[in-house]
Amino acid sequence: MSPLFLFLSFVALLSALGVVLAKNPVHSVLFLILTFFTLSGHYLLLNAQFLAAVNIIVYAGAIMVLFLFVIMFLNLNEDTEPHKPALAKFAAAIAGGSLLLILVAALRNVSPAGYDPANFDSQIGMVDRLGMVLFRDYALPFELASVLLLAAMVGSVMLGKRETGERNF
Amino acid sequence: MTLETLGWQGLVILVVFGLSLLIATYCTYAERVIAAFLQDRVGPDRAGPFGLAQPLADAVKMFTKEEFFPAGANRALFIFGPCLAMITALMSSAVIPFGNFLQFGSTVVHLQGIEINVGMLYVFGIVSLGVYGIMIGGWASNNKFSLLGAIRAASQNISYELAMGLALIAVLMMSGTLSLREITLQQSVAGEWHFWNVVKQPLGFIIFIVCAFAETNRTPFDLPECETELVGGYHTEYSSMKLGLYLFAEYINVFVASAVMSVLYFGGFNFPFQYELRDWLVSSRGMELVTAQNIITILGAVGVFLKIFAFIFFFMWVRWTLPRFRYDQLMRLGWTILIPLAIFNILLTGGLITFGVIK
Repeated sequence: MSPLFLFLSFVALLSALGVVLAKNPVHSVLFLILTFFTLSGHYLLLNAQFLAAVNIIVYAGAIMVLFLFVIMFLNLNEDTEPHKPALAKFAAAIAGGSLLLILVAALRNVSPAGYDPANFDSQIGMVDRLGMVLFRDYALPFELASVLLLAAMVGSVMLGKRETGERNF
Repeated sequence: MTLETLGWQGLVILVVFGLSLLIATYCTYAERVIAAFLQDRVGPDRAGPFGLAQPLADAVKMFTKEEFFPAGANRALFIFGPCLAMITALMSSAVIPFGNFLQFGSTVVHLQGIEINVGMLYVFGIVSLGVYGIMIGGWASNNKFSLLGAIRAASQNISYELAMGLALIAVLMMSGTLSLREITLQQSVAGEWHFWNVVKQPLGFIIFIVCAFAETNRTPFDLPECETELVGGYHTEYSSMKLGLYLFAEYINVFVASAVMSVLYFGGFNFPFQYELRDWLVSSRGMELVTAQNIITILGAVGVFLKIFAFIFFFMWVRWTLPRFRYDQLMRLGWTILIPLAIFNILLTGGLITFGVIK
């Protein structure tokens, strides 16, 4: 394990804890952005530059801006925080704990597939290689997903269109 | 990569960093001179010859003013906001190629901070983070005008990022690479007629430059700091150098946006007849090929900065000519005009590539 990996994992865990433990929701969002950054760092260590950049653009750059946007509007603070009943906290702890147990049990005996330096492909994870896989082997699912996203975008533009007679200024 | 090359590359990074700061400093001066010129005034002429020491005087003023923290402000985030704005602004120039390469003996120095094969996505990622500086600063000020400015900045940036990305896809369809260096090199090939991307992508370029104005919060899209409605927008509560950092970050963003546009659409460090000039230097002046190539590289670096300065002038020219949009007009332009146009541009480009008109 490289020191960079250890450092990134340390920051990732710490900021993920910060998301849950921070009292102020805006701080939670900022911790979540930091978590996404460390995940992008992990992608870079795994030689996936494209995935790292897209993770930053889509999650840290767009989705989290919307999160922050909504939370700033709501003006949440410690006084308005709803107090959950003890039973809900108990149930959440049990559910989360059993998920952790299952994950640990499942991953305990996994031996990571070691890489072979002799025939390691340094281009794996690069954008052109990813494009080849997407358009050759998974062309149909990829195109369907892109049509879905385009439809969502066209729908939002249609919603924003002015209807006849609506103009008031 | 040897240690020597690494040292040279470090020097290039330092030079790019210093140049970004220097250009941003003198942008504040240029903005006033151009404003004065367009409004038929004299402009700054007191500090130094032609007022050239004006940025220095501004800096002294900014540093010596009182630091003010508004009541009820989130102190840590209030400081963090302008820092983040400055960091993200300075990071994005790292992948921009300011020149081809210089060769001394066996050492080859690329005039570019770092070369990565997803360079364009890197710029995009950093630009999409730039809005956090404004949002955090505006929210932490505990002022409703600042908050409104922050929220405007957020929705404006997200809306125009979409159209910008779609305009960019048309360029990427032609180039087939995300590396800014590769895109630049493809715009000029020795021995054949080759046009800059702006000739092949006029519509895409217009969409891109409109979005660049919105992303850098420049007039006519400077709604986040619209003083007629929001006092000062997101930086209402800021004073001294923290305000200075916000204003500075805006000029660095203008510089980076100009650099990206020069690289993507105006050939970057290429200039007309560069290969003919190189061959002429070799054949008629008896130079070595390496020396001639170095001269071409230096001329190209000068050329890319001239292009950048032209774009910066255009940014300022527009600022002092056009009035500000209304917020609903801004959103309508982004969503119902620019995005459909950009999608149409992608279809058009795809058709033209299929029928072999452009490549």
